[in-house]
Amino acid sequence: MLSPVDEQELSEAVAGAEGPLRIVGGGTRPLGRPVTGEVLSVAALAGIELYEPGALTIVAKAGTPLAEVEAALAAENQRLPFEPMDMRGLLGTSGEPTIGGVVAANVSGPRRIQAGACRDSLIGVRFVDGRGAVVKNGGRVMKNVTGYDLVKLMAGSYGTLGVLSEVAFKVLPGVETRACVLINGMSNSDAVAAMSRALGSPFEVSGAAHTPAGVDGHPVTMLRLEGFADSVAYRAGRLRELLAGFGEISVETDPDRVQAGWRWVRDVEPFHGRAGDVWRVSVKPSDGPGIAARAGGDVLFDWGGGLIWALVPDGMDLRAKLGDFAGHATLIRASEETRARLPVFQYEPAPVAALTEGLRRQFDPRGILNPGLMGGDG
Amino acid sequence: MEMPVPNPSVLSGKARIVARLRAVLPPDAVIDDPAETRAYECDALTAYRCPPLAAVLPSTTAEVAAVLKICHDEGVPVVPRGAGTSLAGGALPTADSVILGVARMNAVLETDYDNRFIRVQTGRTNLSVTGAVEEEDFFYAPDPSSQLACAIAGNIAMNSGGAHCLKYGVTTNNLLGVTMVLMDGTVVEIGGAHLDAGGLDLLGLICGSEGQLGVVTEATLRILPKPEGARPVLIGYDSNEVAGQCVSDIIKAGVLPVAIEFMDRPCIRATEAFAGAGYPDCEALLIVEVEGSDAEIDAQLGVITQIARKHNPVELRESRSAEESGRIWLGRKSAFGAMGQINDYMCLDGTIPVSALPLVLRRIGEMSKDYGLDVGNVFHAGDGNMHPLILFDANKPGDLEKCEAFGADILKLCVEVGGCLTGEHGVGIEKRDLMGAQFTGPDMEAQMRVKDVFDPKWLLNPAKVFPLSVSEAHRSFAA
Repeated sequence: MLSPVDEQELSEAVAGAEGPLRIVGGGTRPLGRPVTGEVLSVAALAGIELYEPGALTIVAKAGTPLAEVEAALAAENQRLPFEPMDMRGLLGTSGEPTIGGVVAANVSGPRRIQAGACRDSLIGVRFVDGRGAVVKNGGRVMKNVTGYDLVKLMAGSYGTLGVLSEVAFKVLPGVETRACVLINGMSNSDAVAAMSRALGSPFEVSGAAHTPAGVDGHPVTMLRLEGFADSVAYRAGRLRELLAGFGEISVETDPDRVQAGWRWVRDVEPFHGRAGDVWRVSVKPSDGPGIAARAGGDVLFDWGGGLIWALVPDGMDLRAKLGDFAGHATLIRASEETRARLPVFQYEPAPVAALTEGLRRQFDPRGILNPGLMGGDG
Repeated sequence: MEMPVPNPSVLSGKARIVARLRAVLPPDAVIDDPAETRAYECDALTAYRCPPLAAVLPSTTAEVAAVLKICHDEGVPVVPRGAGTSLAGGALPTADSVILGVARMNAVLETDYDNRFIRVQTGRTNLSVTGAVEEEDFFYAPDPSSQLACAIAGNIAMNSGGAHCLKYGVTTNNLLGVTMVLMDGTVVEIGGAHLDAGGLDLLGLICGSEGQLGVVTEATLRILPKPEGARPVLIGYDSNEVAGQCVSDIIKAGVLPVAIEFMDRPCIRATEAFAGAGYPDCEALLIVEVEGSDAEIDAQLGVITQIARKHNPVELRESRSAEESGRIWLGRKSAFGAMGQINDYMCLDGTIPVSALPLVLRRIGEMSKDYGLDVGNVFHAGDGNMHPLILFDANKPGDLEKCEAFGADILKLCVEVGGCLTGEHGVGIEKRDLMGAQFTGPDMEAQMRVKDVFDPKWLLNPAKVFPLSVSEAHRSFAA
């Protein structure tokens, strides 16, 4: 295993590699087509480099534990806007998620609909490309259009274009309190309609999820509000009025219970420890119920209905069941055999696939960085 | 400004090239009369001008594809143009280039309030996107100050921002999908009404690529419900340091204003003389705006004014009505006009870490004395995006050059303190030759390799963004 301790060593390790590298941070997100190669761990590149609460920015080395970043932010009553999912429960992994891993997989949670994805908060990266060259892009300021935006490209590239060594984020103030408006008993399509109504209102909903079978087995729709206490109470009241026709409404105001409920959604807890493969489908919200019906099996809706988590039988090709649809489906949890057999990431039309492949060849001409993880020739 | 030598075979082939373009476009969509191509000789960076070989004004994606295919065959450089409001020279032609203007493509293709997006042709102006959805109480968030005139195409090319980015982000955070034509005429669809990429985030790469990777003809944009209301507070201080500290304290207190604007004394005086908004004569002025219901606004303004008072403001004026809000914003909104009244000016847009504000303003003041040119500062303080306005006299020989040297020094200072050359205007030609101050060779090499993939012949807007000496190898290899 290669375990560089700084960017220089990382650069040398990549430049000197004679075969494929399997890049890992905390090892908690074994996603994509299985890769064989020498393990390159960035876990030793760790530490918060700079944190300026008054400027809402934080810079950390890629191997820094996510928990360390979140703790530093919490100490100043700030937070990562995009609410990254902890995948350990769903994937049955252990270890310590790293901030670089979060970026490599562009991991976002329920607040994505309001505050954007990981890639939207990411304002700077440093990485080592497949030639061993150290490249920086973006920086530590939140408005920056100097040159091309490789920051976005690196987010969600799963280490196939370069190995991240440092990442910078804009962050948000923490919230005084949170509440959850709950509507019971709705069908999937009514739930999406209600969530659309709420998200189309000025009441700043920061999470909109629906489960056809909540903890008590009945459908429940959840709308999260965050902010100053008076404001949260006011907006909860307005949402009750707005959604009165949709069903029985209650408001959960215990912040800890609200937090736990949204962790349940964020981490897809209903599928923890249950047999089957897990897919993640992104569509426009009004297409969500149709996707769920075609998928069959258990589903969990987040992002106002636009994100569908689907639990399906082992080895099933969900895309074959869905047929053509506007959006993308990603196989998140499955055996290595299934992930080697089925494309994990959505097919791209030929001209787009050509661009993707061209970028891989430019950034990693020797094809040594997590080869084949996202598909393509490897 | 150094530009590549025009390709002689393109210049001599003009008649043939124009004839081929006429064959695929309506008669009035190809402009090649030198008297008329003059209209496209520059954008809002008017110091540099060069009429193009021809200009084309296609009306559909298919027409754009046909034009690009011909130019690709003929080896003709293409300069895409939105509304021509670039302050960075993003749409400056070369003599051998075809200007591809998207102004005729301004239709709304689809509005979907349930799924909160609008799909438009990219010649549509920024403000008219909001205009198309405001009846349903929605809006499109990025609001560059040229929003009345600027086109979505240019917003995407430059990843435009505006005054309200602190809360709503910039163009890239509000762009869901594009239809784009590559230089060889291939049409690609990237993204859509759903969120995030299924593979590599090509959408994020395209946004802000300054018209060098493709021509975006249609865009799917996120629209948001309008807040119930918004009101600002005006706060004056007698020191930039204290004003900067106040901004930092507001942010740390957990309030997220939708905008925090900052003006320094030269700018306050100029706008006061011009617009008479009743601003105090002080060193630094902040305008902080918050959104929500009336009660929510009162509560947030309460927190903000309490923080502001701790720093002993010379003035603190909380808006209680739309009329008062209008007066508070009046001076800020006329700042550019006010400075323009005094003299010609050059507007920079470097970004700095907010903590470096006092230092940077002090150094700018010192440089202003050294160069003998006045400068006023308007500033999106919440996100660190500065707008120093350097005054000069375009009719005075040497003044423009002096102003450009002063501007370059300010931008280098921005980079030195941890910031960047441009926060929302783009590099274009204006900051092209300063890129080396922010980026290493490998940094720029990685970016140029992206262009190699999308536009292997380097025909799309090729003389921009990268210093010519740095891009030379890529451009000559492509030729």
